Amino acid sequence: MAREALAGTRIRERRIMTGLKQADLARNLGISASYLNLIEHNRRRIGGKLLLDIASALGVDPSVLTEGAEAALIAALREAAAGQGMTAPEAERADEFAGRFPGWAEAMAAAHRRIGRLERTVETLSDRLAYDPNLAASVHEVLSTAASIRATASILAEDPDLSLEWRGRFHANLDTDSQRLADSSKALVGFLDTETGEAASGLSVQEEVEAFLAANNYRFDGLEADGANVADLLAAAPELTTDGARRVARTVLRRIAADRIALPDAALRDAVAAHRTDPIAIANACAVPVACAMRRLALLEAQDLGLVVADRSGSLTFRKAVSGFAIPRHGATCPLWPVFEAQARPGAALRTRVEMLSRGRAVFDCYAIADVVGPVTPNMAPLTEATMLIVPVASDEGAPGVEPVPLGPSCRICPRSRCPGRREPSILSEGF
Amino acid sequence: MAKHVLLIEDEANIIEAIRFLLSREGWEVGTHSDGATAVQAVREARPDLLVLDYMLPGKSGMDILKELRADPDFSKMPILMLTARGQSRDRDEAERAGVSRFMTKPFSNTEVLTAVRDLVQLAR
Repeated sequence: MAREALAGTRIRERRIMTGLKQADLARNLGISASYLNLIEHNRRRIGGKLLLDIASALGVDPSVLTEGAEAALIAALREAAAGQGMTAPEAERADEFAGRFPGWAEAMAAAHRRIGRLERTVETLSDRLAYDPNLAASVHEVLSTAASIRATASILAEDPDLSLEWRGRFHANLDTDSQRLADSSKALVGFLDTETGEAASGLSVQEEVEAFLAANNYRFDGLEADGANVADLLAAAPELTTDGARRVARTVLRRIAADRIALPDAALRDAVAAHRTDPIAIANACAVPVACAMRRLALLEAQDLGLVVADRSGSLTFRKAVSGFAIPRHGATCPLWPVFEAQARPGAALRTRVEMLSRGRAVFDCYAIADVVGPVTPNMAPLTEATMLIVPVASDEGAPGVEPVPLGPSCRICPRSRCPGRREPSILSEGF
Repeated sequence: MAKHVLLIEDEANIIEAIRFLLSREGWEVGTHSDGATAVQAVREARPDLLVLDYMLPGKSGMDILKELRADPDFSKMPILMLTARGQSRDRDEAERAGVSRFMTKPFSNTEVLTAVRDLVQLAR
């Protein structure tokens, strides 16, 4: 049903809300009750002076009756409908639903947003519980210490004839174990209290580096072109608490500096003006490697683009998230990501339109390329590094005839049940 | 003659508590803390019962269990596995590999003693 046709429905809702009878409103307006009835059931178009009179009689702005509910509300309802797999004709009535039942529609949209937030929390926690080696080690430490304390305390409590020597040994064991339990519990709580994506010591090397990059918004304007002040920047970074993290961050900063030399800011600005966010076109225009163009684009402040870098094992060595494209913090990602396809064809620049199936569906253009890294050795496959730039595609940007490739973040949090790449069941399909 | 139990565990205080408990019950208790050499230690000690921790340095308790069960000399030996990993998939994997009893930490002393007595009884 067209949006303008719903003015009648809204008039009816407003009239009922204000307690006016149809006949009374019709009389005020100088029209017959049967004509108002036709308007209210969307069988007569409404506009002009009559609309203004009705709005005045109902005490609302005319736009409330004609423009419908908030676009955001309708968009949220459509998203909720898509998430539930609702059929298109039904989903298209979101507008009508919002117009007829604004309170219920608001409640449903709020519930949908809340479900999204909760799913993100579940994903993060599940990811951590399943794959985080630090958490697994912390839990193991707590349980092992608790086992020791329990066994020792029971012996002391249940054996009144225990010799003084044994009693002394067990008391000493209890003392050391209780101290250990206090420390490990504190560490565990500190770990679980850490907000998602927030910098925190005790995280993995990669997480510390990512926290450092995020804290600087991926921009290092003070970084000298030759990278001479990298050490100063690292020393001033509170997010980097280990030598390992500082070493990895040093490599990242040096690469950023090298990329800036290869593709200076002014040239990049011109290239973006001409080729938007197409790294292949920019690389060709500026005579730089495609991966360099991808990295430069991804770190541009004005662009909200994602970037992942994977080594030949498939491990992600760099992650810059973009809204809607979930990148797991731990564990294996979806094998259908173009970055892995690129690994199989070093040197080939790929462009793939994908649909990320996670919370809702979002469409992206993924550019991926794998480059040989390290020395070339006879009769040995070279080491490669694949880079993938993730460019959001606006809903009105879809190219006709281009069917996006469906993919997910990782099997555990992917709703696609029939997938050739599935390694394990999804928690989303198991009652979470 | 006292029955011989070999305890493979790397937590010193758990070793001491379990050794005390089982010794008081009349067991002769041997201990070993390194996963990498644990299978060899079992072959040399040939215990009547093995108490095996899941997470060990060098080699996991699960790998040790599988290796022992693949050896005809130890395919029937009672093995009690202790673990801080309580997930059902770990228990399932251990049971498929032939563990005699699977116990999650923190356990009570009574649970350990009961399990040991039951396993010896069954092995007779």
